[in-house]
Amino acid sequence: MSALVQVDDLAKIFDVSPPWLNRVLERKPRQFVHAVDGVSFAIRKGTTLALVGESGCGKSTVARLLVGLYEPTRGRVQFDGQDTAALKSSPASLRNLRRRMQMIFQDPYASLNPRWKVLDIVGEPLREHGLCSGLESLRAKVGELLRSVGLAAVDMEKFPHQFSGGQRQRISIARALATQPEFLVCDEPTSALDVSVQAQVLNIMKDLQREQGLTYLFISHNLAVVRHVSDQVGVMYLGRLVELADKIELFARPRHPYTRMLLAAIPDIHMSGSSRTPVQGEVPNPLNPPSGCAFHPRCPHANARCAAERPAMIETPQGVRVACHAVQEGRL
Amino acid sequence: MTAPLLEVRHLRVEFPTRRGTLLALDDISFDISPGEVLGVVGESGAGKSLTGAAIIGLLEPPGRIAGGEILLGGRRIDNLPYEQMRAIRGKRIGAIFQDPLTSLNPLYTVGRQLTETILTHLPVSAEEARARAVKLLQETGIPAAEQRLEQYPHQFSGGMRQRVVIALALAAQPELIVADEPTTALDVSIQAQIIALLKRLCKEHGAAVMLVTHDMGVIAETCDRVAVMYAGRICEIGPVHEVIHHPAHPYSRGLMGSIPAMDDTRERLLQIDGAMPRLNAIPKGCAFNPRCPQVMERCRSERPELRDARHTRAACWLHAQEADS
Repeated sequence: MSALVQVDDLAKIFDVSPPWLNRVLERKPRQFVHAVDGVSFAIRKGTTLALVGESGCGKSTVARLLVGLYEPTRGRVQFDGQDTAALKSSPASLRNLRRRMQMIFQDPYASLNPRWKVLDIVGEPLREHGLCSGLESLRAKVGELLRSVGLAAVDMEKFPHQFSGGQRQRISIARALATQPEFLVCDEPTSALDVSVQAQVLNIMKDLQREQGLTYLFISHNLAVVRHVSDQVGVMYLGRLVELADKIELFARPRHPYTRMLLAAIPDIHMSGSSRTPVQGEVPNPLNPPSGCAFHPRCPHANARCAAERPAMIETPQGVRVACHAVQEGRL
Repeated sequence: MTAPLLEVRHLRVEFPTRRGTLLALDDISFDISPGEVLGVVGESGAGKSLTGAAIIGLLEPPGRIAGGEILLGGRRIDNLPYEQMRAIRGKRIGAIFQDPLTSLNPLYTVGRQLTETILTHLPVSAEEARARAVKLLQETGIPAAEQRLEQYPHQFSGGMRQRVVIALALAAQPELIVADEPTTALDVSIQAQIIALLKRLCKEHGAAVMLVTHDMGVIAETCDRVAVMYAGRICEIGPVHEVIHHPAHPYSRGLMGSIPAMDDTRERLLQIDGAMPRLNAIPKGCAFNPRCPQVMERCRSERPELRDARHTRAACWLHAQEADS
């Protein structure tokens, strides 16, 4: 099957230097954060790629780069065979691209305008893209969208504050679905929700994928959720992709030491009473990342090469892509 | 059977508002034995944190205890005057909150906050207090504890701050620790470290723990018993293994089924339709009845109390029938 989204060597560097005057007076240096540093992956049509990692690893930046909220510093994003950077020169094709990809944000309290009715919120993309003419057809379309996410058509007359967190996230999903997109970027869509509500939202997302053949990029830090929704999983650490594999392969046989560590760290409800070995150390400051492999200070298998040389992504015969010297040398 | 360390009897907490009184906790009863870890789970707004706040005497006004009693080591503590409660808080009951940044004073060094707590509650000299502070930081796994004492909270990372908060809570050798979502603000790898630390230290110091969290994984790994809360009431309480694997209350069953686990292969998660009721609109009878898949006529009119159900205690009419027949 062909890839709907193809990302090659994507990078985003943020300038976080102190203001000019401080640099001159206090001799502070310019500072840069490599938020995303050479990430490549492809998402096949109708499947879900999940990106996991701890806070600050760059997963949300990847999401924003993909939908065009940030401009990449390096690398390119191809959507359905077209380079998105090339489309920027033509406003009409850019609009068309925007219609075909949508985003669902983490916080359903912050991502809906509190002064707009649900009709306006869900109807905005329809009006904006000229997909609906006249109030009556807009109302009919919004009602249909709300029903598809398990809300009632009469809810369109209400304001966001009249809904619970889970219902608001459904409104966000309805808004994202309004333009009939093919690709949805979901940035931690359930992290702000309670578990029972999370189950409702995850079930809706899976149903919609099956019915409409949607492609998802799913960002999360919760590995159990990722295991439930994804087909492929990418693990990120300090702006780099360290392992990318099919879900079943990744959870059954994690290769990279960081992936192993993450999997070992999840508290699981079926491990009652047992204890696990906690991992040592914390995520380093991204302003000042370690040399070589960024994970080497916390890695139990690190040697001199890991501290000096950055590991390249290699592909194993099972189709797992992993960036680790220990795996490449067969030490692990 | 030893006497319980903490006894909560028919606790009611109310919030008087202009539009009438909201009943936030309704008839909560449970015990914690010395050295035991009790987990409290439930969704946001179920009253978990409020139960913790009532025990440590830090209910935010206008919230107030409207009925019932709380006993620590056999003595009532819910009606103590402010100063006496202050002496107990920190000395006999330690508290750990969710956000480690807001529970430390940003203007004082970590060392000063630790020694101050120790000096307030223990009869020791300033030097002894300092030595004890260093030892506490070392116990919580903070490297270079001696130098770290001179630093301010902002110089610590999130995980390190939570270690300081744990050190503070343990400073005066309390018998009970109330930990309210101690790992929610942390990343998974740090969360694992903090949970292991909390578990080890409480065991070493012989402290009982009331662990409030919405993360069932944390509960499963840490607790001896667990209480499931819904709409201001305990709907099930029992040994952690039984509640997770053989939940008796339909809500606990739904809650367990809605959690994606690492080893399950289900296409769809179990879902409880609807949402928890607001405090001003708690349904008559069993509060869960509008969402319950096994609702009966009796559930809509009569409120079930906690009763023995197979391996746990559950507040559900389904188990009353079992007992009758």
